[in-house]
Amino acid sequence: MNDLLSTTFLVGLIAATLRVATPLVFGTVGEVITERAGILNLGIEGIMFLGAFVGFAAAAKAEAAGMAGYLWIGLGAATVSGLLMALLMGLLTVTLGLNQHVSGLGITLLATALSLFGFRLVFGESSVLPSIDPFPQLTPFGDAPVIGPIFTQYLLTFVAFLVVVPVGWWLLYRTNFGLNLRSVGENPEAADAAGINVFRTRYLALAIGAALMASGGAFLSLASLGAFSPGIIAGRGWVCIALVIFARWDPVRGMLGALLFGGVFALQLRLQTLGFALPYEVLLALPYLVTIAALAIAGRNVAYPGAYLKPYRRE
Amino acid sequence: MGLKFERNPAPVWFRPLIPLLAIVLTFAITTTLVLLVNANPLQAYYYFLVEPLSSRVSVIEVLVKSTPLLLTGAAVTFAFVGGFWNIGAEGQLLAGATAATAIGLQMDGVSPLIALPLMIIGGFAAGMAWVLIPALMRVKLAIDEVVTTLLLNSVALLGVSALLNGPWRDPVSQWPQSPEIAASAMFPKLIPRSRLHLGFILAIIIIVIMWFVLSRTAFGLRMRAVGMSPHAARFAGIKVEQTLLISALVSGGIAGLAGVSEVAGIHFHLIDAISGGNGYTGIIVATLGGLNPWGAGLAALFIGVIDTGSQSVSRALGVPVYLGDVILATLLLVTLAMLLLQRYRIRWVRQP
Repeated sequence: MNDLLSTTFLVGLIAATLRVATPLVFGTVGEVITERAGILNLGIEGIMFLGAFVGFAAAAKAEAAGMAGYLWIGLGAATVSGLLMALLMGLLTVTLGLNQHVSGLGITLLATALSLFGFRLVFGESSVLPSIDPFPQLTPFGDAPVIGPIFTQYLLTFVAFLVVVPVGWWLLYRTNFGLNLRSVGENPEAADAAGINVFRTRYLALAIGAALMASGGAFLSLASLGAFSPGIIAGRGWVCIALVIFARWDPVRGMLGALLFGGVFALQLRLQTLGFALPYEVLLALPYLVTIAALAIAGRNVAYPGAYLKPYRRE
Repeated sequence: MGLKFERNPAPVWFRPLIPLLAIVLTFAITTTLVLLVNANPLQAYYYFLVEPLSSRVSVIEVLVKSTPLLLTGAAVTFAFVGGFWNIGAEGQLLAGATAATAIGLQMDGVSPLIALPLMIIGGFAAGMAWVLIPALMRVKLAIDEVVTTLLLNSVALLGVSALLNGPWRDPVSQWPQSPEIAASAMFPKLIPRSRLHLGFILAIIIIVIMWFVLSRTAFGLRMRAVGMSPHAARFAGIKVEQTLLISALVSGGIAGLAGVSEVAGIHFHLIDAISGGNGYTGIIVATLGGLNPWGAGLAALFIGVIDTGSQSVSRALGVPVYLGDVILATLLLVTLAMLLLQRYRIRWVRQP
């Protein structure tokens, strides 16, 4: 028991929580923005995977070519891959008005298959997993006790909590664009009548969302792992889908949900290494079960965006 | 500028052509990837589409690959026709596989005449149980089933993993796989020394029953009415909730059978890769099949060909085996887009 209450254990746990939560924050805020515009993007799992792959492949190639900013090239490439998927999702669900959940799943299947295909293409079938020199951790508080190690984190973790969440919140609630975005998601007919370009707004929401999702995936391959493997996302996108509902479509609550899940995940890893025999799968299933329970309890009062899952067509 | 959709149903003769056009278009798009690996596209398509059908062994392999897809495709078709957007066939398959393993492990010394029906009933029931909560939430609370069924897929996978790392871990090898099920619980082979098993017949029977129910019974008519428009169906005096619930539960049950069939017919023990994404591929099968039971059957066989073909194209030309998955995902999206042509004429207009 002493092990569990020691400062080292807690500090390590908090630091790990922030790290684990980082890709979830990116994905959840991205999905919140997309869903507030009235589009459920089930492509998230695949877009995070594609971001992780494209980011890694571009960085590895640039590193091999001796470019100094190879990690940034990777991050940029990941973002572009996310934007391309957003464009495809927009074509399917906004322009053509197709079924959002089947389109989204199709995007996930496509992005996943393309990444695996690309991985074989770029790196061949070698038995040694290729790796890169990843982003270094920053130490803004140096060796100071407690806060030193807690805030020894990757730049993208700072970006997630200090930029993505506040800017996402500000964008949604404090800008004209956010107002338009939310009205397009609540009532596209009224928004259209008020002169808002429904199609352009939805495309932009998809683009911002997918860029964030892809960056979240790239965080894993470019920072926390420095490698790419087929199990790199392992359902994190679906966790984000759950967190968005759990957070009632709000970026700040989404961040809290990501921290909560990050904490549970980090805790089970640590308990396992300390030799506690516990079915960790039960803990990992919590975000899904809690979300389903929350939906059941809120029942008919779940505040879905008004135009959730509904395509918009001008008659 | 923009696209304009005019309601204009396509002529009847054109509708069956839509999946064929989608297939042609898909291959045209994915040719770019074949060229990327410097392979000859015509050769690649030969290995994809002709090679799997060119020998008895590979045709049997196509049928083996199609078996779970026939079942998950049927499951998704049944739900979608009834207006229940079941994205959870993957989880229901895993539930069915788990139940089949649990039953199969107890069947030592029991006659196959008892063991096999028990496996089938148990798997069907487990699939139904796995979709029960999303179905009740939809019917009683009007909570969208897309996300709930999807999230339960991850829960099912974690559940299987918990069993395999816990009580069912192989005591000898310590691998995360269950002990082997009893011999009496294994599906008999249809052709000696092949992998083709009873599950294939089971899948065909399900498709035929489904066709009969959907097109020849009053319940099928009510189901389709609810699927097209719950409001109109309610107005016509149909018990919408009850109909939706049955569509959802039967769909879950059929997906559960896919899990039974993989455990009892192919693997004989539970592993966490037991599904290999067949639940999700079921959505491709249903879409490509135009939500029609026969269509789903053909689509499952076609996807079995592609699955088998992707391995031969990889062996022969060094094209990464994942090209098959890229083709299937592209096919799903292209078909989905082309199905618009069934109901609309699409025009490009300069001024919206």
